[in-house]
Amino acid sequence: MNRKLTLAAALLAATVMGGAANAKTFVYCSEGSPEGFDPGMYTAGTTFDAAAHTVYNRLLEFKPGTTETEPGLAESWEISDDGLEYTFKIRQGVKFQTTDFFTPSRDLNADDVVFSFDRQLNSNNPWNQYVAGASWEYANGMGFPALIKSVEKVDDYTVKITLNQPEAPFLANLAMPFMSIVSKEYSDKLEADGKKELMNQQPLGTGPFAFVAYQQDAVIRYKANPDYWGGKQKIDDLVFAITTDAAVRYQKLKAGECHLMPFPNAADVEAMKADPNLKVMEQEGLNIAYLAYNTTQAPFDKVEVRKALNMAINKKAIVDAVFQGAATEAKNPIPPTMWSYNDAIKDDAYDPDAAKKMLEEAGVKDLSMKVWAMPVSRPYMLNARRAAELIQSDFAKIGVKVEVVSYEWAEYLDRSKAKDRDGAVILGWTGDNGDPDNFLHTLLGCDAVGGNNRAQWCNEEFNDLVVKAKATTDQAERVKLYEQAQEVFKREAPWATLDHSLSVVPMRKEVEGFHQSPLGDFAFEGVDLVE
Amino acid sequence: MLRFLLGRLAVLIPTFIGVSIIAFSFIRLLPGDPVALLSGERVMSPERHAEITHQLGFDRPLPIQYLDYIGGVLTGDFGTSIVTKRPILDQFFSLFPATLELSFCAIIIAVVIGIPAGIFAAMKRGSFFDQSVMGVALVGYSMPIFWWGLLLIILFAGILQWTPVSGRISLMYFFPPVTGFMLIDSLLSGQSGAFKSAVSHLILPSIVLSTIPLAVIARQTRSAMLEVLGEDYVRTARAKGLSTFRVIGIHSLRNAMIPVVTTIGLQVGVLMAGAILTETIFSWPGIGKWMVDSVFRRDYAVIQGGLLLIAAIIMVVNLVVDLLYGLINPRIRH
Repeated sequence: MNRKLTLAAALLAATVMGGAANAKTFVYCSEGSPEGFDPGMYTAGTTFDAAAHTVYNRLLEFKPGTTETEPGLAESWEISDDGLEYTFKIRQGVKFQTTDFFTPSRDLNADDVVFSFDRQLNSNNPWNQYVAGASWEYANGMGFPALIKSVEKVDDYTVKITLNQPEAPFLANLAMPFMSIVSKEYSDKLEADGKKELMNQQPLGTGPFAFVAYQQDAVIRYKANPDYWGGKQKIDDLVFAITTDAAVRYQKLKAGECHLMPFPNAADVEAMKADPNLKVMEQEGLNIAYLAYNTTQAPFDKVEVRKALNMAINKKAIVDAVFQGAATEAKNPIPPTMWSYNDAIKDDAYDPDAAKKMLEEAGVKDLSMKVWAMPVSRPYMLNARRAAELIQSDFAKIGVKVEVVSYEWAEYLDRSKAKDRDGAVILGWTGDNGDPDNFLHTLLGCDAVGGNNRAQWCNEEFNDLVVKAKATTDQAERVKLYEQAQEVFKREAPWATLDHSLSVVPMRKEVEGFHQSPLGDFAFEGVDLVE
Repeated sequence: MLRFLLGRLAVLIPTFIGVSIIAFSFIRLLPGDPVALLSGERVMSPERHAEITHQLGFDRPLPIQYLDYIGGVLTGDFGTSIVTKRPILDQFFSLFPATLELSFCAIIIAVVIGIPAGIFAAMKRGSFFDQSVMGVALVGYSMPIFWWGLLLIILFAGILQWTPVSGRISLMYFFPPVTGFMLIDSLLSGQSGAFKSAVSHLILPSIVLSTIPLAVIARQTRSAMLEVLGEDYVRTARAKGLSTFRVIGIHSLRNAMIPVVTTIGLQVGVLMAGAILTETIFSWPGIGKWMVDSVFRRDYAVIQGGLLLIAAIIMVVNLVVDLLYGLINPRIRH
């Protein structure tokens, strides 16, 4: 007995020590602090990286590195012919994480799924307002309250969701971080203990990494979830070292204090590529920057005027000056990484002389206009003022006088929505779910006029196409409809499409298995460190 | 003494109310709607907007919002962050030790170097040493902190690799905070190397944060010393044949210290302002960085709560400085 114990102790010590010696810790220099750890309540990518992609899973997941969906916690699903009923088969044997703060007694089942929806959609659910001001912004933003009629448990491993109208992007929406599946059992325990707020501080899910600790504004620690249904991770620990300044992140990467960083300064990218200890991944981001004319105001209500202005903009100069080349010129309102991108469309060539002539033919003389420049740097437009100044000088060449204006960011977003707005607005969009509907309908549909549709552009032909595509579940049919919609867009030119920025991810040479996500996520499932 | 203390406290109360009104109204005067910012480029429906505005209480008249807020503050409730949904006081107390630790080290550096530098510059007035000290002080005072911090990082952490780039301690050390002061916690943790790591992380940010106070203290010490060195009693002391050490150390320094102590007290405000930039560059999880993040997120609740708490600290420090005069100069013993 004694000997057995000794042996066991020795074995244990060996395991612990061996583990310590070989423990692989992956350090990610993240760009900011998460707002919280309940992905349902927030909209920021920083929060989703820290909470959703580590700790949680969703019914469907995006295939790593793509905008296509694949089965996640739902093994399979069936859609009724009318497109209203979705029946999901829940994967069996999925374990919730065992942590210092909670030990689950059962596997994932339909109760967890139903609860994850209900807490966001049902204002009578005790978890709907579990912290003051919980607002479930994404569920509301994606129209879930109006779209979803009911979410029912059919049996322990089957859930049926009924919609009020057919909606093709629904499946992609379910793969979004805000629809992370939480544990009903854990929630019940927190409720019983009177500590509901911990749901937003100590998350617990089924994902590849289990939450360990968060030191506010400094470090988030996770350990690999040994029970993960997708297989154990190759790294043992995952650490987010919060480093807000991009130049400092770069120094940390160089010094080996972290393995991977997001959002480098454009000016540093060349040096990163030249550094033998680093490698750099690049991909067109799921984004677009545009200049939206107000198509309801003369003379911008005329297609020829908008076309002429579009032809006067030297996009290459903008890409070079603002992004140091880390962007591509945009011809369509959706990025090339998105399915249904119509590559057959030809862009309006940069031709100031032709533009000038076209403007004259349209009877427009001595035109003065405002160009709005965003006061903040966004991934799709790093420096809107610089871009606006370039547009100003481009337009000067065709005799159009431009006044560049700007407002504080929230004010800018608000004022630019006005239907009688004066001037063309520089703005952009980063896709949420990889579905073209999320760009074409959300930004250019008739019901978005006075809101996201900054061009105030309601074109019947275009709108019919995108509305029809939204209600069709036949993928091939949808592709066709969206391709047509892009043709109409190009012909009518409500925007000048400016650029799609490249998302650049520098990392240490030893990092393997990282998939750059077109959705802009930083997810570390499957990464490894190979010396 | 008690009367003096009570008198000073009586002044503190209206000052505090004044600060609270400024903190409260100032951020509301800024353009920009915190509710709209919650959804960014994604447009919120007007109904949704109204609902959240109501939830957060922003639809009530400003005076009511203010009274409600002050009522909370008096009972120790500084409200809840709009973004993180966590109580502000909790967050403040978990982050404040980091700022305090950094500020404390910075002021130590500033005093230990600044006062002797000022004294020697005064003693060798007009010399090369004097001119260099004052020149360096002027440069230090005028230097943009952000640029200075980055410069030090690139040189000492990037190229020479003498210090770590940023953070409070190496990521390999992990222990729950006890006091919140990393120097103390690292010792308590018993993990070998943790204390050394904490010190090495403190060096660069402390130097950066100490730069402006150091320059101010050196200049102030020099001019106060020059004034005192010209006094009759110093000449008398010298005439008596006292050693330079006694003349400077006992007779002059103590008298010159009064304006210097005032200056050091005033540096607390400078440190708080400097901490905002220093913490942001060095990813130092203190209240300066917290405030910056909150400004970007338009987190009204945190900005006003944080401002109020910082103002309260500065007021208390000033009070302590006033009381310290008495210890240095018996003539103004209250």
